[in-house]
Amino acid sequence: MDLSRRLFLSASGAALLAPYPRRTEAQDAVIRIGVLNDQSGPYRDDTGVGSRICTEVAAAEFSASKAIKVEVLAADHQNKPDVGAAIARQWFDRDGVDMIIDVPTSSVALAVNSICREKNKVFINSGAATTALTGKQCTPNTVHFTYDTYMLARSTGGNTVKAGGDSWYFVTADYVFGHELESMTARFVTEAKGKVLGRSVYPFPGTTDFSSFLLAAQSSGAKVLGLANAGNDTINCIKQAHEFGLTPKMRVAALLMGVIDVHGVGLEQAQGLLLTESFYWNLNDRTRRFTAKVRQALGGRVPNMIQAGCYAGTLHYLKAVADIGLSTAKADGAAVVARMKAMPTDDDVFGKGRIRADGQLLVPVYLFEVKKPQESSGAWDYYKLIAETPADEAWQPVDKACPLVRT
Amino acid sequence: MTMEATTQVGIGLPSAKPVLFGYTSTQAIALAILVALVVLSPTVLYPVFLMKVLCFAMFASAFNLLIGYVGLLSFGHAAFFGMGSYVTAWTAKYWGLSAEVAILLGGLTGAALGAVFGWLAIRRSGIYFAMITLALAQMVYFFCVEAPFTGGEDGIQQVPRAKLFGVISLAPDMSIYWLVAGLFLFFFLFVHRVVHSPFGQVLKAIRENTARATSLGYRPDDYKLIAFILSTFISGIAGGTKALVFGIATLTDVHWSMSGEVVLMTLLGGLGTIFGPVMGALIVTAMENYLAQFGAWVTVTQGAVFVICVLTFRRGVIGELGAKLKLAL
Repeated sequence: MDLSRRLFLSASGAALLAPYPRRTEAQDAVIRIGVLNDQSGPYRDDTGVGSRICTEVAAAEFSASKAIKVEVLAADHQNKPDVGAAIARQWFDRDGVDMIIDVPTSSVALAVNSICREKNKVFINSGAATTALTGKQCTPNTVHFTYDTYMLARSTGGNTVKAGGDSWYFVTADYVFGHELESMTARFVTEAKGKVLGRSVYPFPGTTDFSSFLLAAQSSGAKVLGLANAGNDTINCIKQAHEFGLTPKMRVAALLMGVIDVHGVGLEQAQGLLLTESFYWNLNDRTRRFTAKVRQALGGRVPNMIQAGCYAGTLHYLKAVADIGLSTAKADGAAVVARMKAMPTDDDVFGKGRIRADGQLLVPVYLFEVKKPQESSGAWDYYKLIAETPADEAWQPVDKACPLVRT
Repeated sequence: MTMEATTQVGIGLPSAKPVLFGYTSTQAIALAILVALVVLSPTVLYPVFLMKVLCFAMFASAFNLLIGYVGLLSFGHAAFFGMGSYVTAWTAKYWGLSAEVAILLGGLTGAALGAVFGWLAIRRSGIYFAMITLALAQMVYFFCVEAPFTGGEDGIQQVPRAKLFGVISLAPDMSIYWLVAGLFLFFFLFVHRVVHSPFGQVLKAIRENTARATSLGYRPDDYKLIAFILSTFISGIAGGTKALVFGIATLTDVHWSMSGEVVLMTLLGGLGTIFGPVMGALIVTAMENYLAQFGAWVTVTQGAVFVICVLTFRRGVIGELGAKLKLAL
């Protein structure tokens, strides 16, 4: 009996180790790209599988033309910085990943940012909004694609005032992102000679009933309701604003919202909404050509700017890798990023652009209005272009806090 | 219901004779295996993953001290874990304290917070105790969302792995691994020592029959409070250690789902067993880690495992194993 117990205990000890065979350090000639994003939480539709598919399409397209093998991995960071950091470390240490892309949720992106720097790998951010990635925390290993809070605030705030929406009321989520978005937008509104009539700050997370804030906005007499929040909060605010009859008398400007969220809300309730994206599938021939490439894999949906940004980022990264050679690229992430900055970008998503010394991709930015149901010609025909901000005006001026641009 | 289940644990098992510091011979063998695993597994497994397991094992052992041996289900342990991690991260990053001082400060923060929360909460028991601890922990959570020093959503990032005693560099993964392993083994043995001390006997007496313990001249509230503070101290240490390992302290650590996770770990491993929380921490962390590539399936699998555990093996993996083998593990 005693012996069998011991045997059992030692066997269970061995069994504990058995399921985890040691992965060998990857030294082979394959570029591995890790898509790290939210696959189960509030941003799963805006990033999630869609981002992975766009990355895979870019990888397949590239390896068809060049003799470089590209592998795409994906993982769910559950919007937890520590989970994201753990996955990133493991990818670099054990799985031979060379580049991480997407990473929505600013806190996770900042965590991945510093790990990429530490391990000298590449981080292409498409999913997170924080300007810190190109400011105080900028590194020679990071490139910021697609969007950030500054460009959202500038495009929506400034251009809406020019289009007649000159008095604003903000409903703001009470956390760093909400406050940052609100104060930046308010700055552009006042710069464009508009007025901010008031604001309501609501507890985040956990608020689902926005009625009192919306009614306060209504009684302020402002022409525009600015929603300084994201995800489900924005969707709830839009639906409730519709139910309380704020719209269409008041315009709603969602400071961060994408085409997939509009699809979720439906045109009936979302009509008239103002929002900013740097990519819309039906913008021109090139964007339509790109969308045709990924649409089937996305199950008939169209990509939003974040997912499209993953395609553009992957493609540009792989071009830089091919340019400096595979072995250098695998050994030195900063060298790849330096090459990415040296080469102008050109892809079907954003058109022509360039990457600034601080890692910011400079492309034009668009303010859209959501169409009325009768104006829409069918599924996914949702936006009317209101204003275009050219690439050299849309983005934050170089931040002196970034060590890369200090002279 | 959980409370009743708790009191059943340990009953009906043959009382084996302790041979060494309150360990039965089988426990001593299991302990030797555990130590061997802690020492040997970094050669096979990824050390950062193992460190995460060990931090959570510490946390779950601390939690188990309360629920397993005093019968108090705290649903607010994330507050102590998270505040410990914030304080360690802050002091290591901005004051440049050495690793052991920063971690100790994290533990003391947990203990101080635990003293206040415990003093309030132990006046009630059962579901009321759980609700009070949850409410207080939610207050801590919203404090952390708002307070400037926590960095809000972004948390405290880029925390350096401070030098141990100011001289030994912990930057390589294997160096900090030995620190984490040492802390884990120390507190693992410490919890066992507490449970098997006369103090621990009184705790168990209080768990089984508070009125009788009172009539024997013990003050249950004092004992409960001390146990609560011990548990929160170790939770703070665990949180602080995790902050140093990952170089980051965030709202995740103070969120109520962290309290839920530690309950899950302890239940899954086995309430009121010494090795249970360690096994539970291993299972839950491994699921989070190795299922990450399957996206949404992490949370689904965790839920399913929890349901299966509650329905089919209520005593947890180690508890059931112990019952099968007629051993107290």
